[in-house]
Amino acid sequence: MEHETVHPPMSYKALAAVLVALLLLTVVTVAVSYVDLGFFNVPVALGVACLKVTLVLLFFMHLKYEGPIIVFSFIGTVTFLIIMIGFTFWDVAFR
Amino acid sequence: MTAIPSFFTQSSPPGLTGIKAWLLTHDHKRLGLMYLYAVLFWFVVAMVIGLLIRTELMSQGRTIMGPGMYNSLFTLHGVIMIFLFVIPAIPAIFGNFFLPIQLGTDDVFFPRLNLFSWYLFMFGGIFALVALFTGDGFPDTGWTFYVPFSVQSSSNVGLTVSAAFILGMSSMLTGLNFVTTFHRMRDKRMGLMQIPLFTWSLYATAWVQILATPVISITFVLVVMERLLSIGLFDPARGGDPILYQHLFWMYSHPAVYIMILPGMGVVSEIIPVFSRKSIFGYKAIVWSSMGIAIAGSLVWAHHMYTSGMSDVSVFVFSLLTFLVAIPSAVKVFSWVATMYKGSIEMTPPLLLSLIFIYLFSVGGLTGLVLGAVGTDIHVHDTHFVVAHFHFVMFGGTGFAFLAALHYWWPKMFGIMYPFRPAYIGAVLTAVGFLFHYVPMLILGLQGMPRRYYDYLPQYETGNFLAGFGGYLLCIGLVVMFVNLLASLRHRVAAPADPWGATTLEWRVPSPPPVHNFVDKPEIMDFPYDFRQVGDNSASQRS
Repeated sequence: MEHETVHPPMSYKALAAVLVALLLLTVVTVAVSYVDLGFFNVPVALGVACLKVTLVLLFFMHLKYEGPIIVFSFIGTVTFLIIMIGFTFWDVAFR
Repeated sequence: MTAIPSFFTQSSPPGLTGIKAWLLTHDHKRLGLMYLYAVLFWFVVAMVIGLLIRTELMSQGRTIMGPGMYNSLFTLHGVIMIFLFVIPAIPAIFGNFFLPIQLGTDDVFFPRLNLFSWYLFMFGGIFALVALFTGDGFPDTGWTFYVPFSVQSSSNVGLTVSAAFILGMSSMLTGLNFVTTFHRMRDKRMGLMQIPLFTWSLYATAWVQILATPVISITFVLVVMERLLSIGLFDPARGGDPILYQHLFWMYSHPAVYIMILPGMGVVSEIIPVFSRKSIFGYKAIVWSSMGIAIAGSLVWAHHMYTSGMSDVSVFVFSLLTFLVAIPSAVKVFSWVATMYKGSIEMTPPLLLSLIFIYLFSVGGLTGLVLGAVGTDIHVHDTHFVVAHFHFVMFGGTGFAFLAALHYWWPKMFGIMYPFRPAYIGAVLTAVGFLFHYVPMLILGLQGMPRRYYDYLPQYETGNFLAGFGGYLLCIGLVVMFVNLLASLRHRVAAPADPWGATTLEWRVPSPPPVHNFVDKPEIMDFPYDFRQVGDNSASQRS
């Protein structure tokens, strides 16, 4: 059986830093919506969103401190979601 | 060992008696049996409906029902068989009962959630029943609920898909429980490559249940919203896309085929080495092929949609990917046959049923390749060929694996043996009936008879009559097997702890097991299929 993982306690300071980073990234999202980046409008918005999600998962949801099984499970789940959405859109793109 | 009270006499949590000891139980074994009773009830209902459908088709024109009733009955047959029998049968019954024991633990990780899953299953079933007798009549869409018909049909589609939604939640929670139990409750001395193959197959299945079921749940919610609010998600006139529904539906429903078949493969992987008295051939290959089927099986859903108007590029890619699934499936079949090679084979009902499984499943798999290849699929799409292929895999495969599991673990679950002769007769009748039932359908499909049609041209009458005849034979065989098992409850012949000479942990505990499964700390073998220490235990002395 996999050994129980012990979560190292995160200091309030570290948690606050993540929160500040998330708020800053929210400001970035709003700010870039006022700038026309052409083709990059959507990729930039999605990129910032992904970065925020990653921070939440790693620190607030403790994924950074979990064992390989949990990390693998999470990555597997996201991969399947990407495949499901990707393959469907792929059909529409070539239809 | 005989002095130890079984789970039938001790409740979990302690102190409960009578019906409360069952309805409030946290014991995975009691829940397994509760699933058994519920699933068997639905199986009998759907079997009778199936027989009525085939009786109607035995002669041209009206035989016993009108076209409206026919449409409703094939929908009901599909919905009940899929959502209330084939999907839950092996994982919910035998998985619940044996997964914790095979892992050397006393229960699943979330016992209360396990009970909740059973209530969801029952609630979903009752919902499906209510859907039949309320609203504007039986649903008539087929089990696929394809739009736009499912959105426009005046029949009670909304309640039926709601029932499927609830049943999906039950299935998902069971999967979650199994994955967590696998990782968190397993005996600390048991490494990944010491886990029995049935448990491995349940683990692979559980991942598919967790990942794919939410897709169908959301899709059914969208159908209900479409019916109630006419949003236009799937309606081209409102900017929607009907093919999107098919993508979403098959994203779950094709992996669901592997939810149905993988546990069956796990059962056969347990039975073949036991009655060949030989270590399973290619243990690691079987483990990886289970995971491979779960992964590859999740990438091929659109092979159900070659003629739906999907892009040619997608058709090409999905066809290519479909052939990938054949590889891990073939690895398993090869390993089973190779296990028997030069083994000391001892015929018993579970082994006979497993051998029938291998044969019928192989035919199902090979006819699947005909459907996976675009060129041939277009010719036989939506014909009886598809119906026959599907039943070869689902009934010839999962159905026979279920029967094999029932005969294999019956002594452990109830602590009693059963007579072998009626079991053999029932198994042979079922197999012969099966072939008479579905081989004519394969031929009818190749000749061009569409599926789901109430009536047909004269040239299809002989095939349909033969299929109906086979259907009756098949049902008689099933009745013989079930009556034999039920009669064993009446004429009780006590089963020893290990009547088959098997090696996995469930055979190291008394029959039936005590409430906490293990009286002493179980001995974990380096390899779960090492028969060197198992003595001669001839089946002829037990029947």
